[in-house]
Amino acid sequence: MKISENINESGSTVDMLINMGPQHPSTHGVFRLVLQLDGELIVDAEPHIGYLHRGSEKLCETESYSQVVTLFDRLDYVANLNSELAYCMAVEKLLELQIPDRAWYIRTILCELNRISSHMLFYGVYGLDVGAMTPVLYGFRERERIQSLFEQVTGARMMHNYIRIGGVKEDTPPEFNENLHAVVLELEKAIEECDELLTQNEAFLARTKNISCLTIEDAIDFGVTGPILRSTGLVEDVRISEPYGIYDRFDFGIPIGSTGDCWDRYYIRMQEMRESLSIIKQAIKQMEPGEVQAKMRRIVRPPKGECFVRTESPRGDLGVFLVSDGSQNPYRVKVRAPSFANLQAIKHMLEGVYVADAVVILGSLDIVLGEVDR
Amino acid sequence: MTWEAIGWYVIGAFGLFIFLSITVMFLTWIERKFLARIQQRMGPMRVGPHGTLQPIADVIKLITKEDILPSWTDKPIYWLAPLAIFIPAIAIWVTIPFSETLVLQNLDLGLLYIAAISVLSVLGLVMAGWGSANKYSMLGGLRAVGQLISYEIPFIMAILGVAILSQSLSLIDIVNDQSAIANIIVQPLGFLIFLAAGLAELGRTPFDIHHAESEVVGGPFVEYSGAHWAIIQLAEYVNTFAIAALIAILFLGGWSWPSMPFTGITNDFLSLVWFLIKIYAVILLIFWIRGTFPRLRIDQLMSFGWKVLVPVSFINIVFTAIIRFYNLHWSILTVISLISIGIIFYLIYKTPQKSRKKDSIRIISAKDAVNNPPKNYGDINVR
Repeated sequence: MKISENINESGSTVDMLINMGPQHPSTHGVFRLVLQLDGELIVDAEPHIGYLHRGSEKLCETESYSQVVTLFDRLDYVANLNSELAYCMAVEKLLELQIPDRAWYIRTILCELNRISSHMLFYGVYGLDVGAMTPVLYGFRERERIQSLFEQVTGARMMHNYIRIGGVKEDTPPEFNENLHAVVLELEKAIEECDELLTQNEAFLARTKNISCLTIEDAIDFGVTGPILRSTGLVEDVRISEPYGIYDRFDFGIPIGSTGDCWDRYYIRMQEMRESLSIIKQAIKQMEPGEVQAKMRRIVRPPKGECFVRTESPRGDLGVFLVSDGSQNPYRVKVRAPSFANLQAIKHMLEGVYVADAVVILGSLDIVLGEVDR
Repeated sequence: MTWEAIGWYVIGAFGLFIFLSITVMFLTWIERKFLARIQQRMGPMRVGPHGTLQPIADVIKLITKEDILPSWTDKPIYWLAPLAIFIPAIAIWVTIPFSETLVLQNLDLGLLYIAAISVLSVLGLVMAGWGSANKYSMLGGLRAVGQLISYEIPFIMAILGVAILSQSLSLIDIVNDQSAIANIIVQPLGFLIFLAAGLAELGRTPFDIHHAESEVVGGPFVEYSGAHWAIIQLAEYVNTFAIAALIAILFLGGWSWPSMPFTGITNDFLSLVWFLIKIYAVILLIFWIRGTFPRLRIDQLMSFGWKVLVPVSFINIVFTAIIRFYNLHWSILTVISLISIGIIFYLIYKTPQKSRKKDSIRIISAKDAVNNPPKNYGDINVR
């Protein structure tokens, strides 16, 4: 189709359909957005997902309970440990297992570190989305530090398979505490540095303030969770509304926004990194040596039944619904992926904004396509 | 005109072309190294010591690459667009002097010539956008036009301010006029207007709107590859070099300010070096801005151009004319300029966001949230 064919004989123009993705640098993966444009303004947007569909939920039914952990690694590939944790908590709930304290401390520290590394990635690519090229390198530098620490503990940089049913794979290496201290100190400085680089930049404020303001009602209607829900002003965090693990032992803050615009979503994530650091510091102080794995049979066979657990992943409310028929394999695993739910709001958010804002809004949702498509 | 003179012109034009090509090739190296410093990485390191030969490797790669012609392209327009971008970029240099004598042809209407020619490269962008038959290119090309109409007026107005001060449109006269005091000190406002409009003209951050990678994926140049893409890139950097040279000439006093206590050949040589240092300082400033600023939206650029730059550039011209007409001391203009700059920055700082402070985010302690559940749970009507 030639562009010239788009013009009516009467001289009036018709809207242009433009395909953003699946090969577009700022759709954060293989995500396709069909935009209907009137000049630079978006009239309508139609999201298309499924380009990364691997049938993870179905695959879970063919693997034994302990093998499924590796599949969860590949759902939210930016915050792998948080995905693993949700699944393991579901199986443990069915088994009614008591997890040793030390295992919970290790899980919490690693998951909060993973939250920071995920938000650091968000910080970097959000910079790219608004057109600043420096933040991405600062964000990746910090992510790299955390990943090297993960490598020392879990043996892998991304696909850890470290959080297991009943605890964690093994105790931390002897030099872990020292390295963790160093990383925490570096992160404290780095978060301030990143904050100074982008947050109060005049052009950045102009691009993100008052863009796609979401009301509390709309956010709840769309099932939006996580930083995006909190940016609207609602106090909702699974770590405090339904505390799991040992989160009731820490004193930490929940950043809450007021306008629900892109800047609030961005800055809530910056503040969450600081709060995560404070959780990690408290956890280091409280942690004591001990067992890291609960006493249980090697072959996991939960009793017949079903359960649903919620955790707070960096992207929001990550839930796992697990049905057991008493065999070695799960009967059904349903993942309530926060990215998928958050993405539902995109059509509503994109109405009547500029093309350039579409990128900024999509970036502020911080979706991970592995989790959306599953 | 004698054959001899024509011969000299041809040699001069050829020499200028070679000089620009080589300079600009290494400008890419400087940009990559400088941005790498800002971003805590090394930049090119493999080809030659510290990657100094990287530009040559890049050029060889680009020239030997296949030149892909997508179907549906409007072929003549598609092939001519890189030339339409490249020729004006080079043509500007005809009248830009490197020293009092080192210039291809000094024109009495030099500034007018530059203002006229520099607009033409936008034609190339639109041609590239249209000819590629790609919707992203199309958007990019149209953005370039929208950008042009908003920065072109302040661009010319800033030039006019300088012309009023030195009562000439010839670049050499303007430089010689500044031997006592540079225009940046007399007219800081004009300098800032010219810098902003120049960045918009170059399409560099924060105004790299027409080829924004994250939005229109390279804009008019999406479909170009190989040598044609290389020519477009070459033109971009030649333009960067030209704007930097213009800033050095119009506002930083070129080679004559501050004047040096040498004579003869030493003076000529040192003035040239001094001029190049100024150019490269401006270029590094442009790269620095690229390393730190996000990109503005097209409507924000247009409102910035029309609501800020245009009125301010008129203020600049009016006050310059008054000072010049009544022969007042130049320092009065400096003071007026600085006050205007202060007012503009204050207004920009105040207006766009009411809650620019971080107080739109409050932190609720988890213990508080557990003990006193927030009230707004009950207030919400879930539809």
